[in-house]
Amino acid sequence: MSELIHLHYDVDGEDFVSCGHASEDVRRTLKSIGISGEVIRKVSIAMYEGEINMVIHADGGVADVSICEDGIVVTLSDTGKGIADIDQAMQEGFSTATDEIRELGFGAGMGLPNMKKYSDSMDIKSEVGKGTVVTLKFNL
Amino acid sequence: MTVRQIAEILDAEILCCEELADSVNIHSACGSDMMSDVLAYVKDQGMLLTGLVNPQVVRTAEMMDMCCVAFVRGKRPDAAIIQLAQSKNIILLTTQERMYPACGKLYKAGLDAGKPI
Repeated sequence: MSELIHLHYDVDGEDFVSCGHASEDVRRTLKSIGISGEVIRKVSIAMYEGEINMVIHADGGVADVSICEDGIVVTLSDTGKGIADIDQAMQEGFSTATDEIRELGFGAGMGLPNMKKYSDSMDIKSEVGKGTVVTLKFNL
Repeated sequence: MTVRQIAEILDAEILCCEELADSVNIHSACGSDMMSDVLAYVKDQGMLLTGLVNPQVVRTAEMMDMCCVAFVRGKRPDAAIIQLAQSKNIILLTTQERMYPACGKLYKAGLDAGKPI
């Protein structure tokens, strides 16, 4: 599929307050090009969860969004501590987030399951000590 | 019901976007202090009641297409959070009510819990 728009964002791992800027911008862009509300909602929620995860677990990272005629691909890459057991991380309720993060309203162990639920396909590649790449695809 | 009616039921102060309070209609709502749960379990609710105060509450509401957030237990967001909500046309309320009675009063007045997902 040929790419129509490519968006790139640096997600600052130190800044919980501004976390979500990338998802906000993607949401605006998708609205401006007439993507359906349901797709915008799915992309925004999944990407926002990804951004939050990068800030909570990986000191930030980068997000790339590729908008094509027949789909949207969101790639979230970090060089954080990685995920030791992806199957375990995919279980609803499993979380390694600190109490401090829970006090901010996140870390209930719903991030990755939610990203899978809202995307049409999800791929996770992770290596402990090196980082994680999550690729989300959404059909148009 | 309109946000204005909701504000009256909760005896709430409208913190921003008051000009929308008579025109925005809310049909269902949810209450939670965990944004993770809001993102995972909520669908088609127009309003969030929460005791959590940080900018991610407003961002979560935006991602979920919500038009109103009510802060319970007298919680009051700072100017930056109010400005963020204003930029997204999300109406913010603050009420002294605790979560349970706030949700109960709105439910009794006809605001339901929306569709489960």
